[in-house]
Amino acid sequence: MLRLEKRPQPSAFWSWLTPLIAVVVTMIAGGLLFGALGKPPIEAIRTIFWEPIFGEFSFYYRPQLLVKGAPLVLIAIGLSLGFRAGIWNIGAEGQYIIGAICGAAVGLAFYPTESWVIFPLMVLAGALGGWAWAMIPALLKVRFGTNEILVSLMLVYVAEQLLAAMALGPLKNPEGFGFPGSRNLQQYPSAHNAEIITGSGMHWGVVAALVAVIFAYILLNRHILGYHIRLTGQAPRAARFAGVRPRLLILFCLGASGALAGLAGMFEVSGPTGQISIDFNVGYGFTAIIVAFLGRLHPVGIMLAGLLMALTYIGGEIAQSNLGLPAAAIQLFQGMLLFFLLAVDVLTNYRVWLTSTEAA
Amino acid sequence: MFLYAASGNAHKKAEVWRRNLRNDNILSAEWGNSRDTRRSRTNPRLRLRDVIAGKGQYVTENLLTINGLTKAYPGVVANDTVSFEIGVGEVHALLGENGAGKSTLVKMIYGLVKPDSGTMTLKGALFAPSEPRVARVAGVAMVFQHFSLFDALNVAENVALGMENPPKQGDLATRIRDVSETYGLPLDPYRMVGDLSAGERQRVEIIRCLLQDPKLLIMDEPTSVLTPQEVEILFATLRKLTSEGVAILYISHKLEEIRALCDHATILRLGKNVGTCIPRDTSAREMAEMMVGSAFEAPARAGRDLGEVALDVTGLSLNSPGEFGTALKNIHFTVQEGEILGIGGVAGNGQDELLGALSGELQSDAEAIKLKGEPIGRMGPTARREMGLLSAPEERLGHAAAPDMSLIENALLTGAQRENLMNRGFLKWADTRSFAKKIIEEFDVRTPGPDNAARSLSGGNLQKFVIGREVLQRPEVLVVNQPTWGVDAAAAASIRQALLDLAAGGTAVICISQDLDELMEISDRFCALNEGRLSDIRPAQGLSVDEIGLMMGGAHGMEVAHV
Amino acid sequence: MDLSSINPILLLASLMVAATPILIAALGELVVERAGVLNLGVEGMMITGAICGFAVAVETGSPMLGFLAAAAGGALLSCLFALLTQFALANQVASGLALTLFGLGLSSLMGQGYVGIKPPPTAKLDIPLLGDIPVLGPILFAHDVMVYVGLALVVAVWAFLKYTRGGLVLRAVGENHDAAHALGYKVVRVRVMAILFGGACAGLGGAYISLIRVPQWTEGMTAGAGWIALALVVFASWKAGRVLLGAYLFGGVTVLQLNLQAAGVDIPVEYLSMSPYLITILVLVIMSADRSRAPASLGRIFHASG
Repeated sequence: MLRLEKRPQPSAFWSWLTPLIAVVVTMIAGGLLFGALGKPPIEAIRTIFWEPIFGEFSFYYRPQLLVKGAPLVLIAIGLSLGFRAGIWNIGAEGQYIIGAICGAAVGLAFYPTESWVIFPLMVLAGALGGWAWAMIPALLKVRFGTNEILVSLMLVYVAEQLLAAMALGPLKNPEGFGFPGSRNLQQYPSAHNAEIITGSGMHWGVVAALVAVIFAYILLNRHILGYHIRLTGQAPRAARFAGVRPRLLILFCLGASGALAGLAGMFEVSGPTGQISIDFNVGYGFTAIIVAFLGRLHPVGIMLAGLLMALTYIGGEIAQSNLGLPAAAIQLFQGMLLFFLLAVDVLTNYRVWLTSTEAA
Repeated sequence: MFLYAASGNAHKKAEVWRRNLRNDNILSAEWGNSRDTRRSRTNPRLRLRDVIAGKGQYVTENLLTINGLTKAYPGVVANDTVSFEIGVGEVHALLGENGAGKSTLVKMIYGLVKPDSGTMTLKGALFAPSEPRVARVAGVAMVFQHFSLFDALNVAENVALGMENPPKQGDLATRIRDVSETYGLPLDPYRMVGDLSAGERQRVEIIRCLLQDPKLLIMDEPTSVLTPQEVEILFATLRKLTSEGVAILYISHKLEEIRALCDHATILRLGKNVGTCIPRDTSAREMAEMMVGSAFEAPARAGRDLGEVALDVTGLSLNSPGEFGTALKNIHFTVQEGEILGIGGVAGNGQDELLGALSGELQSDAEAIKLKGEPIGRMGPTARREMGLLSAPEERLGHAAAPDMSLIENALLTGAQRENLMNRGFLKWADTRSFAKKIIEEFDVRTPGPDNAARSLSGGNLQKFVIGREVLQRPEVLVVNQPTWGVDAAAAASIRQALLDLAAGGTAVICISQDLDELMEISDRFCALNEGRLSDIRPAQGLSVDEIGLMMGGAHGMEVAHV
Repeated sequence: MDLSSINPILLLASLMVAATPILIAALGELVVERAGVLNLGVEGMMITGAICGFAVAVETGSPMLGFLAAAAGGALLSCLFALLTQFALANQVASGLALTLFGLGLSSLMGQGYVGIKPPPTAKLDIPLLGDIPVLGPILFAHDVMVYVGLALVVAVWAFLKYTRGGLVLRAVGENHDAAHALGYKVVRVRVMAILFGGACAGLGGAYISLIRVPQWTEGMTAGAGWIALALVVFASWKAGRVLLGAYLFGGVTVLQLNLQAAGVDIPVEYLSMSPYLITILVLVIMSADRSRAPASLGRIFHASG
């Protein structure tokens, strides 16, 4: 029989090792899953994790790693602040959409004027849009004590409807022959989030993600606000005793994660995707939750986890075309990763003892 | 006067004595050494137990024999071959410091923990309860100190949960009324438990036990939530029970109580049975030394000069933020520099709220609290700390300290402002580390180092850290709540000494505590909280126990058992 | 726009149908939360139930077998949650989210062969006599059996919690798991059973959507119903009777906006489609004033030390 005994303090060793164990276990379980689907398991795992970085076409896939990783990291950094403080923003997907709509709307409003101010304005609008969308659950929580998990999540569905309404209505491309979707911002230089170095995948969103990682690191480790965030999450009563004002913290954490998600949406719509369309959002806001946990809510961890998750996206696409692996299998694979992570996490806080079965 | 009540049971009991006298050889009253108990395991028999001065001789049969119980957890042996016996109708004290292994032992008797080795015999039969249900069926009932009532359920539901085959709600309510009247513990079966006072909550637990006709009643620190008057009533109830043949295992560290109530005492130290005595014939000091293992110094109290009024509280009223909390009602007091004001009272009468109102976690009218003449009622904890009002709440883990954070991070928790541990919001970790180290050194906190998490420390060491953290910041006013709760005697003495030294240095100290001995030992003036109101403030010297009890609210509507 | 095309009798009748999936799922979650566990994976369990039920119903031709399979599927998925939270002592919020993400992936993988197929129809209980009563008949007595199962479940959950020993123990575990443990109740066992029940209910609710309400299989078809069920539990202050009220209120809003869409009201469809979610938020805000009823141990990790 297994018995758990709480460690006197969380084990630093296990806290870094458990994500790796989770990845390995997920690979094994994923291989079994792929096998069950009638695909060669080892080949599939190799395709997902090896092909994009070291394979024949890695010159094409490596930049994609940054393109897919940037929004994940950007959103996950924001979420991790709240998660650390016990504030659960589950609606990053919605904030991502609204950020994209606001950013694109500002850009399209200037069309076809060319000016260097347009892009910075779009960045601002994207961040503000995401921030405002996140302020809804934040203010409701602060004012009425409403559960932020449910409100932020409901707002995802509202944002999706809003996205559809925008793609079909106000933001629709007047020259688009009636097809839903906005003008393509890639063809509007002042609003285009182009690659900074051609072929590197490095666009402004990647820069923003890196800056966010550094900022979050400093905030959490060197600043009293970050200390208060951690304190609130671990011992809310002690935080109040220390002088933390919980309401301000809720506003800050939700606001910051909303703004970062909005930025991610804005960089995405003005860059890789190019236009507002009904199916603009692909679930980055939810995958970022996995990224945040996989990265142990630590900025550097999140950066690595974001890249890993981007890898599974890209590898999944390759496996889809090469091996006919269903797209849903990759989604499932990502879900499994979070599962295994949470399961092995027990090793960080508890010692597991094997005891002889006691007589009942 | 309560022992030999004229009840139907008295006759039966007399019968038992006669039988025992016939069948048994008489042993000395001093027993409990291991050889004796080992013998009694192989030959469980009836024996003469006790001599009570002035009450004649009587003999009881053995109810529970505990033989060599051992329970080890990784890193610590909680109980090491503990053996003793409890007789029918006996009040047996289990005495020991925090961490001595009392609660592990009791959990084994109640079936919550399985011993690694050793045996128990109940009424001559082998007793190895696999779960509390089995123990209850065998006649063992337990009144817990914490963790056994459900706030959002009513009294009857709470009682039903502690019974094996509870009757229907209506019948149960009638039985609760009957039993509560018989034993002088009035209770309304349909009230929410969360709305009850600490004393009333204990009644729920006791009645829950009594409804099952227990043979052995285990009571874990039962008087910590009672006023002296309520303690008297409880003792009357317990004596009535023993007169009916119920044995009581009474866990406490309050020596005078044990001397007043118990027939025998078994003393545990570091998991071992270090001796057994008859409390009536043993001085409190002797028992204390057995319990602690060595003599320690009582805090020294130097004469002090009182200065200006440091803190002035006038008309402080406050609603409790918690659902089942206590509102503060029109509280007035002042504390002078160099003075220690002791605030007594039974748990749950507004202590947490008062600490919150003073620390700044709860805000009141600006004028209700004045620090050196400045109104501070609207300020938060940070601003108050900057002005010199520091505090240490009761709950160490989760309130005074963050359990999973290191001692360095916990030093920052209240020290950030006064110790100048940050610069425009950026933290100075090196300075924080040296502050933590200073606390650890000056207050003799036993830990491998400041990088260890708060929860890895023992209760006493963490409390020394928490008190030390505030004391070292040279407060103008220090408010502490239950500074030595759950702390071993040596640490408690050093904490009290620290408070006395602080006051000697001119700090005004407010000590909220439920330990009356502690308050009498260190405070200059004394008052008590009762249902959110503060009593008159009187000089501590010369107060009698009765007066203190009345200040704490007397018997809170309890009545003496109808015996 | 033609509001007269909205038939109030049909509207009320379809309200009961629209309310049933979230009613059943919310009742399951209510029991889980009363045991002190917050399972945010309702959405994932519902969608898994939806595909399990759909697949089995299509393969066997029996909707009833489908519903059974859906309950089993939901319960099986909730086992994972129970493992994580009760044995590996993982954070319940994170585990619930994991369950939802996992369930969404699993269901779309399982559902690949089932897109565009019609499930076997579920028979309506045309109760003779009662069903013929004008107005009331079609509203109340002409539904499929699951509508009545849902209603029966409301009564059953209410009575279980209020009058049975098991219900008392379950509430006790949810109020204060340390006390329940000290009295010798098996906290983990009670919670695991509650979680399984919640999973089965969510599965049933999901299958109701794919087999009766829609009826067909599309990816992500529960579209937030699981989250609304969670909100419903808060709305109901953890009381079974009020879950029914909330479910019908929500069903009413859904049906009304669908009717308005059909009637061609001059509001873009997207804004009408938002309304159920906005109403849910509104209701949450109104209900959040009364937070006192939440089980005291909700979401806390239980670890018996020693």
